[in-house]
Amino acid sequence: MRFVLFLAGVGMLLGMGGGLRAQEVATPPPGNAQRGKQIFQSYGCYECHGREAQGGAGTGPRLAPHPMPFDTLAKYVRQPTGEMPPYTSKVVSDRDLADIYAFLSAQPQPPQAKSIPALND
Amino acid sequence: MTSNRRNFLKAAVAGTAAVATNPIKAQQPTPAARLARAPLPVPETDPPASPVEVLTTDRPGADFMVDVLKSLGFDYLCANPGSSLRGLHESIINYGGNTAPELITCCHEESSIAMAHGYAKIEGKPLLVMAHGTVGLQHAAMAIYNAYCDHVPVYIVVGNSIDATQRRPGVEWLHSVQDAASPVRDFVKWDDLPISLEHFAESAVRAYKIAMTPPLMPVLLVADSNLQEAPVADKDRLHIPKLSQTTPPEGESAAVAEVAKMLVAAENPVLVADRCARTAAGLQMLIELAETLQAPVIDQGGRMNFPSRHPLNQTANSRGLIANADVILGLEVVDLWGTLHSYRDQLERSSRSLTKNGVKVISITASDLFTKSNYQNFERYPEADLAITGDAEATLPWLIESAKRLLTAERKRAFEERGKKLAAAHLKALERARTAATYGWDASPISTARLSAELWAAIKDKDWSSVYGVAGTRQLWDFDKHYQSIGGPGGGGVGYAAPASLGAALANKKHGRLSVAIQPDGDLMYAPGILWTAAHHRIPLLSVMHNNRAYHQEVMHVQRMANRHQRGITRAGIGTRIDDPNIDYATLARAMGVYGDGPINDPKDLGPALQRAVAVVAKGEPALVDVVTQPR
Ligand code: HEC
Ligand SMILES: Cc1ncc(C[n+]2csc(CCOP(=O)(O)OP(=O)(O)O)c2C)c(N)n1
Ligand SMILES: [Mg+2]
Repeated sequence: MRFVLFLAGVGMLLGMGGGLRAQEVATPPPGNAQRGKQIFQSYGCYECHGREAQGGAGTGPRLAPHPMPFDTLAKYVRQPTGEMPPYTSKVVSDRDLADIYAFLSAQPQPPQAKSIPALND
Repeated sequence: MTSNRRNFLKAAVAGTAAVATNPIKAQQPTPAARLARAPLPVPETDPPASPVEVLTTDRPGADFMVDVLKSLGFDYLCANPGSSLRGLHESIINYGGNTAPELITCCHEESSIAMAHGYAKIEGKPLLVMAHGTVGLQHAAMAIYNAYCDHVPVYIVVGNSIDATQRRPGVEWLHSVQDAASPVRDFVKWDDLPISLEHFAESAVRAYKIAMTPPLMPVLLVADSNLQEAPVADKDRLHIPKLSQTTPPEGESAAVAEVAKMLVAAENPVLVADRCARTAAGLQMLIELAETLQAPVIDQGGRMNFPSRHPLNQTANSRGLIANADVILGLEVVDLWGTLHSYRDQLERSSRSLTKNGVKVISITASDLFTKSNYQNFERYPEADLAITGDAEATLPWLIESAKRLLTAERKRAFEERGKKLAAAHLKALERARTAATYGWDASPISTARLSAELWAAIKDKDWSSVYGVAGTRQLWDFDKHYQSIGGPGGGGVGYAAPASLGAALANKKHGRLSVAIQPDGDLMYAPGILWTAAHHRIPLLSVMHNNRAYHQEVMHVQRMANRHQRGITRAGIGTRIDDPNIDYATLARAMGVYGDGPINDPKDLGPALQRAVAVVAKGEPALVDVVTQPR
């Protein structure tokens, strides 16, 4: 029941991120996408966002491809304003976040919905 | 030791002889003679009965119990066998011919109840469950709680041996109890302990009536073993009361007219439905109300309330609609407070109202007619401006009529405008859902959206019924018939999905519908013996595993705690994952006699595997496809 409402809330937060995105100038710190993929799983991000950061039904929004600016992401992960549990610097280092960021940025663009018959019935 | 039961048997035989030779007695049976448990009086002057020990009878009390149960029209009886019910069991299969009710063998009492739970939501009437008293009922308890919370009728008969002097030493003592219903009394609507066959008949009919009066709920009867097994002098003299089906309670008419006024006048009304549609008619009526008002419907999915592709279905836009609403009507909404508030599960828990100032909140629910204290299934107090006590579906006709009477040309024009905007918003939301499904489309493990979309493609041209689904992918399917969706467990008790799906499939069987369930792994592992029941009784059901190899909900909870405590964030899988070794569900299914395929890891293999399985189910057999999936 509340699940359904929850996703709608995620949409609103995404809107908030969008505003900050426009102001972004800095380039993200270099990261290791391979390691990022691995810690995205082991740190539990996948639990709510999906193993490819595609988003989970009622659990967490899509994060990739084209993640929000690195600083915004890092800030959110450390001090979330919504439902997401905080990952403080005590447990996730800046380097970890840079690697996760590299992983998110490396996600491929998905196919168009129109090109998938099962999504057009 | 003299056995009372043996004396009783002799007395019963002698008593019958006396009745046969004494016409006055035959015409005017004493009240005692009508009670099966009480021995028929043996005149002191009679010679001793036959010296040959009487070892048989052809008229056990349980035969009469079967007459009573047949009068209530049960199609099936789900049970795991137990000696406290051996009399009734034997009467059902031999005296009753094992039809109406037909026995369905279950491997766990929780499965019996949950099957009945799923069955009732499709068929609209209860299924009979027998459970061994004490231990069987203890097993059944959680599933009863689910049905109770979900307002679903389940008709339970448990065995017990009440007369302590009649119990066999050993296990029969262990399985006897003073007050058999006590462990579940907090979450059944009514129970009784009949001490005579006539009492059984009256209470059985009463129980049915109570179970079927909204809010619908489980009921329980104790069948004393002595009552089942002792001969009855003349069962045809025992009365089976007529069943009076109650009419469901409607909301008070003046209050309903007021609701119509508020809805017609509202600029931004919202209809929220959770367990609104009890029957096929409920679905049609909610469509009529929504179309009359051109008002958005948020379907919380407790029942098949509203078509998923109807332009007024705005479930995907609930947050914004609730925030903007001036009138919100809740129709059998379980958690109205939770609908109107957001809640934040951080170190300090907090909540926030989602509605704007001046919103009028109306609730119509039969829940107000039956609330108990101990279990907290009533949720937080919702502060409605107008709370109408009554069954929502039964109240809809008057609400629709009242609203129609208030329509003016001016309001109709405004509604039309609103309807157009909502239709556009609906299409946009569908596009969003389809686009969202493309992310991770080729992922392995397979995304839940892909699982859902591929399954839809495989069944959409059949007469299908989704008996258990996965959250968040509903928009990808075109739900528009009352049997196409039945909601969830009600009480959040996991272990519901597998047996309730099979119960629903049992109900769908005679209608020739293809039942499909998206089956979570953890849920199946509580009582996987249900697969054998599916095979044994040839119940067509397609189970597609949502195998995320975890009790994933709990993985997330433990993660939250680790993060909050800033330690061990990589350890949330301990005690929550179901891997090492991975469970091979296809082999598990095959071991139980069910067609099994998988594990499917590559999304390209999914469509063909589903098609093969659909072909098996179309032939009337159960099938399981193991799909290794993303967590959600
Ligand atoms: C228990 C679930 C959960 C876990 C674990 C989790 N998140 Fe989140 N995350 C959420 C939810 C829910 C949101 C939506 C906003 C909110 O309610 O906080 C979110 C939002 C975000 C956002 C902001 C997205 C936006 O567009 O606004 C980022 C970035 C993010 N998460 C990254 C991560 C990373 C990186 C990890 C792992 C280190 C992680 N999350 C782990 C649930 C989770
Ligand atoms: C009887 C019972 N035990 C434990 C729980 C706690 N619980 C809630 S969700 C869940 C995980 C269920 O796992 P699964 O069915 O695989 O679904 P998933 O969360 O993985 O999607 C558990 C154990 C419960 N709700 N009911
Ligand atoms: Mg699972």
